[in-house]
Amino acid sequence: MVLQEKARTGTVPGPGVVILRLTVQVLGELLITAGIILLLFVGWQLWWTTVESDARQSAIIKEFAQEVGGSTGSPSAPGAAVDYGAPVVSAAPGHAETIGIMYIPRFGANYTRPIVQGTTGDVLDTLGLGHYSNTAMPGAVGNFAVAGHRQTHGAVLDNIHTLVPGDKIYVQTKDGYYVYVFRNNQIVLPSRTDVLEPVPTRPGATPTESFLTMTSCNPRFGSQERIIAYALLETWQPASAGPPAEIAAQVAAVIGEG
Amino acid sequence: MYGWIFRHLPGPLWLRIVTSVLLVFAALVLMVQFLFPWMSTFTQFTDSTIGSATQP
Repeated sequence: MVLQEKARTGTVPGPGVVILRLTVQVLGELLITAGIILLLFVGWQLWWTTVESDARQSAIIKEFAQEVGGSTGSPSAPGAAVDYGAPVVSAAPGHAETIGIMYIPRFGANYTRPIVQGTTGDVLDTLGLGHYSNTAMPGAVGNFAVAGHRQTHGAVLDNIHTLVPGDKIYVQTKDGYYVYVFRNNQIVLPSRTDVLEPVPTRPGATPTESFLTMTSCNPRFGSQERIIAYALLETWQPASAGPPAEIAAQVAAVIGEG
Repeated sequence: MYGWIFRHLPGPLWLRIVTSVLLVFAALVLMVQFLFPWMSTFTQFTDSTIGSATQP
């Protein structure tokens, strides 16, 4: 094109024109580069972070299953209502250590996510559901509260809005299986720390029941609000009693991986 | 700019092609390791905790 122009006008462009052309060319290439980098960033954020977190979380679940695998008994018979007494509550582990695995059949037959101590970026972005370390442990009277990403980094609680009252949420720790029943959800502003109270949204009240509270961002691709899901502990059974029949296949699959 | 870099890479054509592929790959690694995590602090997908709007 440059040659054609030269041929047409019959003159050699001056040094100013050459510099201008170079500037425009370099600027154009930089702008195209910036555009490609932004597109790559979108791909990384929306897709790659999930690929990465899923792989990391599968590894954590595998590790945890290997740790507790030996103590898992045969699945309990469906409908067998054995009272195992007050749930065993283990001491809170150190930051970024695994507490257990969460199974939510409503989110799919293969939904298993690690529950890890802490709600800082390093936990939530890669390790799974983060346990608010100042709240109760699974099974304890009070509020066992966890946070999870709605989008990106595994999107562990993407389907939180699809829970229906009565849905079971299973928490497996080294001590046993805690069965929570979803009660309701609530959409609040990010500043509403009272949802983490021992009795959610009732500061100062003395808890008599064991709550499970899950928090995630709302709307799905935003963070203007938080969506909160509340569940209540229904039953628990020790690890020696085996997994509840409803999730026996899932637990077996997890152990099988290990 | 990229043309200028390509012309100034050493070696025969095949080596220059290999070098440029490696350079693009190195740029990608740097972006994924450092640039993108930094950029993601400006997005709002990752705020899922309560009471800490600034914390990811």
